[in-house]
Amino acid sequence: MRITLHVNGVPRSAEAEPRVLLSDFLRGELGLPGTHVGCEHGVCGACTVLLDDRPVRSCLMLAATADGHHVTTVEGLAEEAALSPVQQAFGECHGLQCGFCTPGFLTTVTAFLEAHPKPTDEEILDAVSGNLCRCTGYQNIVKAVRRASELMES
Amino acid sequence: MTDVALSRKEDHRLLTGRGRFLDDLGRGALCAAFVRSPHAHARIRDIDVAGALAVEGLVAVYTWEDLPAGVRDPLPLLIPHPSLTHGRTPYALAREFVRHVGEPVAMVIAADRYLAEDAAARIDVDYEVLRPVVGIETAAAAEHLVHADVPGNLGARLEQSVGDAAAAIAAAPHRLAFRLDIERSASMPLEGKGVYARWDGEDLRVYSSTQTTTSVRMALSAKLGVPLPHIEVIAPDVGGGFGVKIMHPWPEEVLVPWAAMTLGREVKWAEDRREHFISSAHERAQIHHVEVGFDDDGRVLGLDVRILHDHGAYTPYGIILPIVTSTQLLGPYKIPSYHATVDSLYTNAVIVTPYRGAGRPQGVFCAERTMDKIAAHLDLDRAVVRRRNFIEPDEFPYDHGLTFQDGRPLIYDSGDYPQSLEKIKALIGWDGFAARREAAAAEGRRIGIGLGCYVEGTGVGPYEGAHVQVVSNGHVYVATGLTSQGQGHQTVLAQVAAAELGIGTEQITVTTGDTRRFGYSVGTFASRAAVMSGNAVAVAAGKVKEKAIALAAKVLGADPGSLECAGGEVRARDGSAAIGLGTLAVLSNPLRYSFDEESARAGQFAGVPDPDTPPLEGEPGLEATGYYSPIRSTFASGMHAAVVECDPETAEITVLDYAVVHDCGRMINPQLVEGQVHGGVAQGIAGALYERMAYDEHGQLLNASFMDFLMPYATEVPAIDTDHLETPSPLNPLGVKGAGEAGVIPVSAVIASAIEDAEGFAIDAMPISPSQLHHLRGAAR
Ligand code: FES
Ligand code: FES
Repeated sequence: MRITLHVNGVPRSAEAEPRVLLSDFLRGELGLPGTHVGCEHGVCGACTVLLDDRPVRSCLMLAATADGHHVTTVEGLAEEAALSPVQQAFGECHGLQCGFCTPGFLTTVTAFLEAHPKPTDEEILDAVSGNLCRCTGYQNIVKAVRRASELMES
Repeated sequence: MTDVALSRKEDHRLLTGRGRFLDDLGRGALCAAFVRSPHAHARIRDIDVAGALAVEGLVAVYTWEDLPAGVRDPLPLLIPHPSLTHGRTPYALAREFVRHVGEPVAMVIAADRYLAEDAAARIDVDYEVLRPVVGIETAAAAEHLVHADVPGNLGARLEQSVGDAAAAIAAAPHRLAFRLDIERSASMPLEGKGVYARWDGEDLRVYSSTQTTTSVRMALSAKLGVPLPHIEVIAPDVGGGFGVKIMHPWPEEVLVPWAAMTLGREVKWAEDRREHFISSAHERAQIHHVEVGFDDDGRVLGLDVRILHDHGAYTPYGIILPIVTSTQLLGPYKIPSYHATVDSLYTNAVIVTPYRGAGRPQGVFCAERTMDKIAAHLDLDRAVVRRRNFIEPDEFPYDHGLTFQDGRPLIYDSGDYPQSLEKIKALIGWDGFAARREAAAAEGRRIGIGLGCYVEGTGVGPYEGAHVQVVSNGHVYVATGLTSQGQGHQTVLAQVAAAELGIGTEQITVTTGDTRRFGYSVGTFASRAAVMSGNAVAVAAGKVKEKAIALAAKVLGADPGSLECAGGEVRARDGSAAIGLGTLAVLSNPLRYSFDEESARAGQFAGVPDPDTPPLEGEPGLEATGYYSPIRSTFASGMHAAVVECDPETAEITVLDYAVVHDCGRMINPQLVEGQVHGGVAQGIAGALYERMAYDEHGQLLNASFMDFLMPYATEVPAIDTDHLETPSPLNPLGVKGAGEAGVIPVSAVIASAIEDAEGFAIDAMPISPSQLHHLRGAAR
C-alpha cells in the first residue's frame, strides 16, 4: 500500500506492506536511519518520534496507522544548521556516549519541554524515565534537560 | 550556534541523527535471519526446510551440511591456556547437537528481514531433547554432561598461589569460612550486534558492530580463505559494547560474509533484542568458598578462595574471566599467603565472555565481604580494617607474585590507597554516620552505609598503533586500529595529538576501527584505549613533529633546536621565521605534477634545488606511524561508598547516596572520565539490585526482553558524587591508566555492605531483590 507522511515538514510517500512498522518505514523506506531500534518491543524508547508533536514509540506502531500524520524524527530537530536547544544541551553536558539512545531522548525531551518549559527536578526525572540508556548512567542526561530549559528561556 | 560548546567531536553527528550504525548501512542488501534452538540441550534429528521454500523473496537457506571447509569447522578458541584442558567451541551452525537455547541452527537469506523471518519460522527442526545442565552446582555435580567428552563438565582447573595459605590460615589467631554468590548478567548494549558484507569477486568488505575489527579481519581471512590484503573490516558507529562485542568471530560474523561471497550479493544481519539475550554472551555467575585467617588487628594472614565459574556451553574466550577474578581479588591489600583454585564449568546456557569489569566485580565482592566480616568479627570499624591491610604508598611497584591476565607478572605500578580512603570517607560522611543512622531510626527508617575498594589492571598489551598525517591544508588525520563504542576516542585521541603538535582539536580528525586506515591493533577491552592508543598517538604525533621541524629547519636554514611546533606552524622561538604545517606537508612530498597553488610549491622547478642532494630524503609525506607496547599493565584503583535505605515493611532497597573516588592516573579529559564512571556505576547498581538472567530448570531464559530484564531507568540510578585522585602511571609517557570499567567493579560489594549494615545480617549473594531481602529477614528472625 502507499503511505504518505509529513516527515519533518516534508510530505514523503512510499510503498509498504501493511505490516511494516513505522520505525522500519522511516529507516528503510524513507531513508531516515536516525530513529533507532533498541528493543522492538516498546520498552527502551530509542525509537521515539513525535507524531503530531506527541512522543510515540515507532516500533509499536504500524506505518499505515501514521498515514497522513505529521512525524518529527531526530533528523528534523535542528533548524537549518543550528542545533535545537535540547540537542545543544545534550552536547554541552555530555548527555550522550554511544548516541544510540540519544534520538529517543531528544524527541522525548523536546516534547516534554514544550509542555513544561520550567520543569522541577522531579518532573525531569519522570520525563526521561521511560527511556533506557546503557552508557551514561543518566546523570548528564538529567543535567542536559535542565540546561535545555535554561537555553530555551534565554 | 556553533559546536564549540559540545563536549566531543563525535556529538554533532550523533545529535542530528547522522551517526551511522550497522543497521543504518546496506539499505537494499539481502537480510539474514536465523533459526535458533528452542532447547537448552538436544540432538538434531532432522531439519526440514521445505516449508520455507514457498516464501516469496527467499534467496537461500543454509544448515551446517551446506557449509564449506573452514566455515564448517568449529569456531576458534581465541585464548588458549594450559589449564584449559577441555576447551570446546561451537560450530557456526549447529552440527548434530545444540547446547543452549538460542544456538543458531539454520541461516535464511531473503529480500528483507520480514521475509527472512517468515521463512525461518517455516523451517521444521526435529530435536531429541537431552537433559540440560543448568546452574553451577548442577554442573559441578555432573550427573549429566554438556559435552559427552568432557568429564565432570570441567573445562579448566586453574590454581594461583603465593606462600602457604593453608598453613597461614591454620596458624592464624582468627579464622572465618563462608560462601559468596554472584549471578549471571550481561553487557546489554542498546545496539545489538550486526554484520553487513559485500564481495566484489576479489575483495571482501565487512562492517561489524565489533570491538575489534583487526582481529575479525584475521579470523575471516583464516575461515573464508580470503587473503588478508583483500579483506577490510570496519566498525561504524557502535551503540555500546561493554565487552560483549570483543568476543569474535560470532557465528553470524562468519556466516554473513560467507553468504555474501557465495551469493555475490550484499548481505546484512542486525541482531534483535531477543536474539541478543539468548545468543550473545553473558557474564558474572560464580560461587566462591572463602577461608581467611587474620590477626587481632584484622590483618589478613592467609586467604584461600575456591571459585566455581560458569562459562556456559562453550569456551571460545578461554578462561580470562576466572584468571582476572583470582588475581584482582587481592585489590589494594597485602595478602602474604594466598591460594585460589578455579573450576571452570560447562552449563547449557549462553557463553560467558567479559562484561565491563570482567571477573573483577566478583573478586572484589570476595575481598570486600571478607574485610567486612573480619571487622564484624573483631568489632572494628570497616574502614580501619581495610586501612591496616593496604599496600602503602611507598611500596610501589608492588609485586604480588602472581601472573596476570596478560601473562605478565602482577606488579602494581602506582597508587595511594590511604589517601583514597580518606577522600571517600569524607565524601560519603563515613565518620558522622552513626548519628545519621540513629536519627533515621528515630523516624522508623532503616539505613546503612557500605564501602568497597578495588584495583583494576588496565591498559593490557600487547600493543596498539596509530598513524598521524598532516595534509596540505594543515588538517591532521589520525587513525588507530582499536574501535569505539561511545567512549569518545575521537575526542580524546585528538586531544593527545593536538597537545603534541601544538594545534587545536578542531584541526584534527580521528578514525578508529577501520582496517583500511590502520591494520594493526588488538581491540577495545580492559580499559585500554586511552593507555594504548593514547600513547601510540603521542608517539606517532611526536615523530610527525620531529619530521616537521627537520624539514622546516632545512627550508628556513635554521637550527632545529631553535624551532618549535605551535599554532599550526613550525616557528623560530624568537619569532623570526615560521612555516605552516600544511606547507611543510606539501614540501615533504616532492612533485612532478601540480594541480593547485599549494602543490605547485613542491614542483620540480620551484625554488632553487640543491644539485647535490636527491629531491627526497627519507619518506615522503608529513606523516608517521607509531606504536606503544607496555612491559605490563597499569593498575587504576578506587573506592566507592553508599548509603542505602531498606523499607522495614516492603524490603524495598533505595540507594540514598553514592560516592566514588577514582584514580586512573593522569586524566586526559576529566568530563569523559566522569561519564565512564557514571555509566559504570549505573551498570553496577543494575547488577546489585535489578539485573539477573533467570534460567529455569530446563535452561529456558525466562526474562529475555527489556520488559522482564530490569535494566535501570533514570529513576533507579542514584545521584553519583565523584572525586578524583591522580597518581600518574610511571609505565607510559602520558601517565594514564584506564577508566572504562572502574565504575562497575565494587558496586555489588558496596551495596551488600550497606544493606548488611542496615539489616544486621550477612548479605552473601548478589544481586538482591526486595523479596530476597524479605526472605533473609525471615531467616534471620
Ligand atoms: S525500539 Fe521501540 S521502544 Fe525500544
Ligand atoms: S549513550 Fe549509549 S545507550 Fe545512551
